[in-house]
Amino acid sequence: MAAVKPAKKKLASRSSGPVSAWAARHASTAAAALGRLAQQPFSSLMTILVIGVTLALPAAMHLVIKNAQSISASWDNALDFSVYLKADTSLEDAQTLADIIGQRADVSQVTLVSAEDALLDFREHSGFGEALDHLTVNPLPHTLVVRPSDANTEQSMSLLNEELGNLPEADFVQVDTEWVQRFHAMLDIMQRAIAMGAGLLGAAIIVIIGNTIRLDIQSRREEIEVTKLIGASNAFVRRPFLYSGLWYGLGGGLLALALVLYGLFALKDPVARLAGLYNSGFEILALDFLESGMIIATGVALGLIGSWFAAARHMRRIEPR
Amino acid sequence: MIRIEDVSKRYPGGHDALKGLSLQVDKGEMVFVTGHSGAGKSTLLRLIALIDRPTNGQVIVDGQNTSRVSRRKIPGYRRQIGMVFQDHKLLYDRPVFDNVALPLVIAGIGHRDAARKVRAALDQVSLLDKEKQFPETLSSGEQQRVGIARAIVSRPKLLIADEPTGNLDPDLSLEVMRIFRRFNEVGVTLLIASHDIALIDQLGCRRIALANGALQVEEEEDVVAEYAERLESEQERENWPQ
Repeated sequence: MAAVKPAKKKLASRSSGPVSAWAARHASTAAAALGRLAQQPFSSLMTILVIGVTLALPAAMHLVIKNAQSISASWDNALDFSVYLKADTSLEDAQTLADIIGQRADVSQVTLVSAEDALLDFREHSGFGEALDHLTVNPLPHTLVVRPSDANTEQSMSLLNEELGNLPEADFVQVDTEWVQRFHAMLDIMQRAIAMGAGLLGAAIIVIIGNTIRLDIQSRREEIEVTKLIGASNAFVRRPFLYSGLWYGLGGGLLALALVLYGLFALKDPVARLAGLYNSGFEILALDFLESGMIIATGVALGLIGSWFAAARHMRRIEPR
Repeated sequence: MIRIEDVSKRYPGGHDALKGLSLQVDKGEMVFVTGHSGAGKSTLLRLIALIDRPTNGQVIVDGQNTSRVSRRKIPGYRRQIGMVFQDHKLLYDRPVFDNVALPLVIAGIGHRDAARKVRAALDQVSLLDKEKQFPETLSSGEQQRVGIARAIVSRPKLLIADEPTGNLDPDLSLEVMRIFRRFNEVGVTLLIASHDIALIDQLGCRRIALANGALQVEEEEDVVAEYAERLESEQERENWPQ
């Protein structure tokens, strides 16, 4: 038939607002797809539940790691060197040394803990109390508590450690950087493992959505045939299924976000109590705006990918007979 | 409007549905294709609708050679032809209005424009008051009229129908044919496959008779041939030694 003429006419009639007409068409398809999901609330909710839980898992693990990192980061900065001075160092020498060290650029603060103060502190907190009165001499040395400045890197920290140890007055320097480093290494491994797990779970979501959409396509086979028979393109028949996938993904993403937020809410008070017991002002780092958006966007993207695969695979085979 | 040139169609398995068929339907004609089941009527319509492609020969519809319509262009091609089916092929999960609007939705026509056209099409098949009903609640004849409304809603120049009255009683069949007739009067070309010869004769339209995938020889000749055949066999029988 005259292919050109009607096409031109169509274009002209749409030229008043091709974009809005296009948007309206998509909106109505999207709404119809949503309505279709609502018609089978139970099975739709089951699918969304599976996606939500599957998405919430890596998201929650990510939060655990993120919080562990933030805790250990604060350890890093508050990492003090305890420089135990030799027993024969006088308090004056110790004070002078403290002043000298305090002028270093990589040191933010030096506190001198005299042997007497240390003993008092020890008496108060150790529970030995009166037993210590029987000591004739104070066995504790003067101690310098050196707080490095925030600008230090791992390398400059170890350099500082070395230089403090080389001071003639220093007996030994205590610093627990090693376990912090090990902890970081562990966090790194866990982070990778979670990323891999998240990849697998993402693939699982694609399969779940793909399978749901496949069943949907099969049950609407006749409808697809008829629509194709009266001139629907592949894109047209595919569209509602893509929207179904999008809704599943969006629903799953929102559910995952809700689960994670609920988990955070449920943990907030116990964590605050624990932090209180440690005299720490630590608060759980919640999801920021970007991360929340990422969870939802991931759900939507996986939904679209899953439905696209299913539609591309099964739609082409359905041709009118 | 339709030109079929030496068209053959062999289905996988070796069945020849059409054998070197040639015919022509002019613009504005209303033509019936008749023949027994298996004569090739449906195959002919399938080739015109590009549901199948011919094994040999050319199918030219409104100056467009269908062999040059690529797979991707098929939807656009089909949108220019109205199609009516024996089993209506309606979508039973949506009301009459949505069924009739489907071709317009596919073509991306705006809602208000579409609503107007749907009502006009429903009016032509006298179903304006049923637009909100679901197809199941309608009689077979009414369902077929919904199918017809859907076929004409985008005002195609060509309408093809495969046994549109196959499931209808004579009164309803006549009504459907009258509707077709009215379209024909406003310039729509119609090609209708049917075996209801009595009904066709009532309408007085051109008839293309198919038999075994080819044009059937003129009926009078046919009768003569058949008579000759009978005579021959009778003679043979007489000549047989008792």
